[in-house]
Amino acid sequence: MENNHLALRVKNLTVELNNQKIIEDLSFEVKKGETLVVLGPNGAGKTTLLRALLGIIPYKGEVIWSVKNTSYLPPNELMQRKEILPLTVEDFYSLKEIGKEKIFQSLKSVGLEESLFKKRIANLSTGQFQRLGIAWSLVDNPDTLLFDEPTSGIDIGGTETIYSLLHEFWEKQKLTIILVTHDLSVVWEHADNVICLNKTGLCYGTPSVALTTENLKQLYGVGVKYYKHKRDG
Amino acid sequence: MASGSNIINTKEMVDEKILLAILMTTSIGAVAGYLGTLMLSKRMSLVGGPLGHLTLPGITIALLYGFDVSIGAFIMLTLAIILIWLFEKRTKLPLETLTAIVFTSSVAVAFLYLPDEEVEQALIGDISQLTLITTTLSVLLSIAVFFLVKKIYKKMVFITFSEDIAKSEKINIDKYNLIYLIAVALVIGLGIRIVGSLLTAAIVAIPAATSRNLSINLKQYAYGGAIAGGLAGLLGIVIFQHFSISAGPAVIISSTGLFLFSTVFKRT
Repeated sequence: MENNHLALRVKNLTVELNNQKIIEDLSFEVKKGETLVVLGPNGAGKTTLLRALLGIIPYKGEVIWSVKNTSYLPPNELMQRKEILPLTVEDFYSLKEIGKEKIFQSLKSVGLEESLFKKRIANLSTGQFQRLGIAWSLVDNPDTLLFDEPTSGIDIGGTETIYSLLHEFWEKQKLTIILVTHDLSVVWEHADNVICLNKTGLCYGTPSVALTTENLKQLYGVGVKYYKHKRDG
Repeated sequence: MASGSNIINTKEMVDEKILLAILMTTSIGAVAGYLGTLMLSKRMSLVGGPLGHLTLPGITIALLYGFDVSIGAFIMLTLAIILIWLFEKRTKLPLETLTAIVFTSSVAVAFLYLPDEEVEQALIGDISQLTLITTTLSVLLSIAVFFLVKKIYKKMVFITFSEDIAKSEKINIDKYNLIYLIAVALVIGLGIRIVGSLLTAAIVAIPAATSRNLSINLKQYAYGGAIAGGLAGLLGIVIFQHFSISAGPAVIISSTGLFLFSTVFKRT
């Protein structure tokens, strides 16, 4: 990649699963330290996009990363197996082979008590588990985070906390963040750029440019008629 | 005097057989229980049954041509697992569906050739023909499989927890799944020696469930499966010796007893 300020360049990305086009001809760039939000209705291909970016599923087109250490947190519901295994917080971290001291620091950084270390993750509240996920994905100092709906199943207060935490880490560690969400307020509060995805990219750019009423109508249908643009007052 | 000596010799032989049986069932039971904890977490406990059944053609050939049943079982299992793995890669159908297709076909073929007088041995196992060599080989193989499973255990837990995270961490899922399936094949191949092809699901499923009830973390769960499986093997042979029940069912009944005990003392 010629531009060393870029973290990721995606060109003409097409993903086909079971002979069905999930994403078609999508192109965008992510700068280092940028927060890109991927917005779109259910079934728009948002999770598929993240999976393609990570090389988890096959795709056509170009996905060029210029950062090495990426960390990925899938949606809560994709981690259902936490109920089956008697995994403690300690066991969960041991999958990454991290020292105890670093784990305690990591827990503290997301406001979790050290006493949770021996607790089963199945016994954590949804909010605690989500914080743990964030701490866990940050523990080996990635330069890029890919988060898929990190606040699904969490109430409004919890959602605020999660995004405040992410914002704090973004500021402190100069992270590049690619975030999938349904939440328009997150876009206005935190995104540098936004992609409106519904199989193909319907809009792309800064929130104030990309999220016009027309684009939102096209993205979500008639459901979204008006939205207060916080950044523009 | 001579008859007294014969009695002593016979007793020594019985004791030696029991000792060999204990060594074999304990070691096979332990490795089956250990691997079973992974199988339970992947919701594959029942797969042990069909896999046991599909050893039947191998056991049948071994019984007909007079070689070790485990060798016949291993050959059949290897062929079947490679076939299932290839089918899965090609069709993306669930593993249990593909296993069902392959195992039912195997059982059908086996019963065309299995001699009537060998049916019981093939179905519920037989430890009466144990020798020092077969026991030693079984124990060594059990230890080898134990360390193989230990090597992949953490990565398999990672894969079970979230395939997507595992893939994003560059874990070669195909490679680990293949090693895991080979370990399953080896354990089932060993397991049929003590419980036959009909009861193999039990030696992987029950100790893991027992351990799941009693453990509060991953380490306890994994090694608890091995302890519950080994203990069931030991108790099974004790029951076999004192109550003259076939060893295979005795091992399973012991395992069930341990499971029932674990339900009373279940930890959250």
